[in-house]
Amino acid sequence: MDLTRRDMMAGAAAAGAAAGLPGGALAQAKPSVLRVVPHANLQILDPIFTTIYISRNHGYMVYDTLFALDDQLQPRPQMVDTWEVSPDRLRYTFRLRDGLAWHDGSPVTAEDCTASLVRWSRRDPMGQRLFAIVDKLEAQDAKTFVMTLKQPYGIVLETLGKISSNVPFMMPKRIAETPADQQIQDTTGSGPFMFKRDEWQPGNKAVWVKNPNYKPRAEPVSSAAGGKIPKVDRVEWYTMDPNTAMNALIAGEVDYWEQVTPDLVPIVKQAQGVKVENLDPIGNMGWGRFNHLVAPSNNPLIRHAAMKAVNQEDYLRTAIGDPELYRVCKSIFPTGTPLYNEAGVDMVTQNQADARALLKQAGYNGEEFAILQPTDHPVLNPFTLVTAEALRKVGFNVKLVAMDWSTLGQRRTSREPVSNGGWNMFHTWWIGGDVINPLTGVGFAAAGEKGWPGWHTDPRTEELRAEFAAAATPEEAKKVAAAFQARTYEIGSYINLGQFFVPVGYRENVRGMIPSPVQFFWNMAVA
Amino acid sequence: MLLLVLRRVLATVPVMAVVALVVFLMIRLTPGDPAAVLAGDNATLDQIQRIRANLGLDEPLWHQFAAWVGQLARGDLGTSIFTQLPVTTLIGQRVEPTLMLALTTMVFSILVAVPLGVLAAWKAGTWIDRLIMVVAVVAFSFPVFVLGYLLVYQFGISLRWLPTQGYRSPFADPWGFVRHMTLPALALSSIYIALITRITRASVLEVLGEDYIRTARAKGQTEAKVLFRHALGNAAVPIVTIVGIGVALLIGGAVVTETVFNIPGLGRLVVDAILRRDYPIIQGLILVFSLVYILINLLIDIAYTALDPRIRY
Repeated sequence: MDLTRRDMMAGAAAAGAAAGLPGGALAQAKPSVLRVVPHANLQILDPIFTTIYISRNHGYMVYDTLFALDDQLQPRPQMVDTWEVSPDRLRYTFRLRDGLAWHDGSPVTAEDCTASLVRWSRRDPMGQRLFAIVDKLEAQDAKTFVMTLKQPYGIVLETLGKISSNVPFMMPKRIAETPADQQIQDTTGSGPFMFKRDEWQPGNKAVWVKNPNYKPRAEPVSSAAGGKIPKVDRVEWYTMDPNTAMNALIAGEVDYWEQVTPDLVPIVKQAQGVKVENLDPIGNMGWGRFNHLVAPSNNPLIRHAAMKAVNQEDYLRTAIGDPELYRVCKSIFPTGTPLYNEAGVDMVTQNQADARALLKQAGYNGEEFAILQPTDHPVLNPFTLVTAEALRKVGFNVKLVAMDWSTLGQRRTSREPVSNGGWNMFHTWWIGGDVINPLTGVGFAAAGEKGWPGWHTDPRTEELRAEFAAAATPEEAKKVAAAFQARTYEIGSYINLGQFFVPVGYRENVRGMIPSPVQFFWNMAVA
Repeated sequence: MLLLVLRRVLATVPVMAVVALVVFLMIRLTPGDPAAVLAGDNATLDQIQRIRANLGLDEPLWHQFAAWVGQLARGDLGTSIFTQLPVTTLIGQRVEPTLMLALTTMVFSILVAVPLGVLAAWKAGTWIDRLIMVVAVVAFSFPVFVLGYLLVYQFGISLRWLPTQGYRSPFADPWGFVRHMTLPALALSSIYIALITRITRASVLEVLGEDYIRTARAKGQTEAKVLFRHALGNAAVPIVTIVGIGVALLIGGAVVTETVFNIPGLGRLVVDAILRRDYPIIQGLILVFSLVYILINLLIDIAYTALDPRIRY
C-alpha cells in the first residue's frame, strides 16, 4: 500500500482532531521521527514467507496478532476481545475487538483472520503442528470465528501468540490467499504503523508512518502484549555498517541502534549523550549443531565426546566478552523462562578425560571432523574457533572449512559425506523467544531428513513434543519439558553454547523502550 | 569519427554477450544458495527446496540462461529475488549517489592534482618537487577506510562540523549535499590526487623539454601561459586517460567509501547482492558496469582527437 503526502496529512489531522487539537495546526507541525539502525537490512516484506528476523520486525510494525506474549511469556489477547474454550477443549471461539480496521480503512473480519492463519500454518512448524489437529476453522459472523480440534491441544493460545518467526500476523483475506511459498507485495495490515513503500530503498532505508486509525488495547504495554501506542509520526530505518552506526549514534544523526556489536560496546558506553542497555530479558542461545547423518558425528558417542570437551563460559567470554552480557545457561530453555530446568545438564559439563574416554569407546580413528566456519560473523566465528580448539585438545582431527555466512547457509543443507563437501558441525544462535518450549524451536524437532539441518531422528523426542503439546496444565508441561531436555542431551542433538545478550544503544532523548526478546517500536518517543 | 563511434557501439554487442555468459556462469558456480538465505535460518530443507523450485533455481543452467537472455532482449534486467523489485528500479535508486561521489571526487582531484603536478614538473628537482612527490606517495599508500574514519572522527565527532554519514541529493538539498559529500570525497580523492599528480608531473616534464616550449619562451610568452597552455595542453592525453579510468573505477569500485560513509550507491548494492546471492542484481549490475567501462573508453578515445589533432581514427 502506497501512502501519499495527502494521506499522511489527513492522518495527522485526524489524530489532532481526536486529541482535541486544531487539525490544521497539527498537520503543519514537524513530524516526530525515530531514526533507527536496525540489526539487518530489510529485503523481504513478507514475514510469513521467510523466517528472517528483520522481516518479522517489519511484520510487527504493520500487522497485528490475535494473541501476544507478555513479559512473563504468557499469551494475552491482542486483536481478540473475548474467547471461549469448550469443556472438552476441542472448540475455541474467538471474537475480535470492535473498531479493528485495515490500513485502507476496511474492517478486519473473521474471514481475514482464518485466511491468515491458514497461510501461516503452511509455513510455520508450530502452525503445521496445530493445524494437523484442526478439524475445522470457520468464520461464524463478521467478528467471530471458531477453531475445532480433533483432539485437545495444550498450547493453542501460545501458538497463536507465538512471538518470533513465523509470527501469525493477520492480513486481509485477499492478501492472505497468496500461496505461502510466494512473497506478498501488498503491505496492508492493521498494525500501529503503515509501510511507506515509495520511500523504501532496500539496503539503505525503510520508513513507516503512524497509523492514525489504530485502536490500541487499554492495558499497559508488556512485551508484545498490551496497548501498542505509536508515539512518533515516522520510524525510519537506516542500514549501515556497525562502525558507521556507532559514529552516527555518537554524533546524534540516529536515535537508536538496535544491536550494538560486542566489540563496540565499550566505546559506545563511553560516548556522551548515549546509553547502552540490554532490553532483552532472555537474550539469545548459542548452538553448535551436529550433523546426525554423516560420519563421524553420526555416532552418538562422538557427539557426547564433543559435548564433554567444551566449556560453555569459554565461548561466552571469547565471543561476547562483557560478563554483564552473557550468562552460563546449561538448560536448553533460556534462564528466566518458565521451562528453564537442569535435567541432564551433567552431559554438558566439561570433562576432558571423559571426552577422551568417549572417543576411545567410539572407536574414533582420527577421521576428519569438519566444522563450517563463518569468518564474516562476529559471534559465530569465535564460537567456531573455541570449539575447534577444545575438540583438538581431546583428540579430534578438526578441519575448519572457512566461508562467509551466506555460503554456510547453503553448505549446511548438504547431506553428503565430509569427503564430498559435507560437514559435521556448524554454529548458530536463536533468539530466546525461539527456544522457550520444545515446539517453538525448529531445531528441537527430530524430523529427520525433512527437518532443520542436522537432521536428527528420534521417535522419543517427537513423543515428548506431542506430550508437551497436549499437556493440560503448566505443571504437566514443565515436567514434559524437563524430560525433553534430558532426552535432547542424551541423544546429543547439539552443544549448548550458553545465553548471551546484544544490547541496544540510544540517545538519551529516546523514551519508552519495551523490554522484550523482539524489538518493537510502538510506545517509543523522541523527547 | 562517426564511423569510430558506430564501430565501437557495434563492438559492445559481442563484448556484452561474453560478459553476460561469464557472469552468469561464475555466480552460479560460486557456492551459495539464494533460496537458503531467502527462507531464513529457521527454515527446514523442505521449505528451502520448495522456494528453490519456485524461483526456477533447480532448472538446468542453460534453461535459466536462456530465460535471462530473453529478458535482456526485451530490455529487462530482471527482478530481485529478495525484494521483488525490478533491478532497473534498484539501480535507479543508487545511480545518483554513485555518480555524484565519482564526479565530486574527480573534480576535486583534478583541481588539486593538476596544478600540483604542473608545479612539481616546473620545479623539478627542487624541494618543492620532492615535497609534492612525498605527499603523493603517502596519499597513495593510505587506505581509504583509515583516512575515512580519521576524517569522521575529527570533523564529524570531535568538531561536529560535518555529518558522519549519509547522502543528500544536490537537486533537493544543495547545502546538505556539500556537507555530506565533503568527507567522502576528501577520503576517496587522496588516491586520485596522488595518481593524477604523478602522471601530470611526468607528462608535463616530458613536454617541457620539447622544442616548441623553448620557442614559446623565446617568443616572450609568460611562464604561466607556457605551462598551462602549451605544456599542459600537450601533456593532457595521459591525464585524460587516468581521469577516465578513474571515473569508470569509481562507478562500481567505491564500495569501501560508500560503506564507511553510508552512501547508498551501486558499490554497496552489488556487494549486498553478492552476499545474499541475489543473482539478477549481480548479473544486471555487472552488465551495467561493463557498459559504463566501454562507453567511458569510447569517450576517452574521442577526447584524444580533441586534445591532439594528430590522432585520427
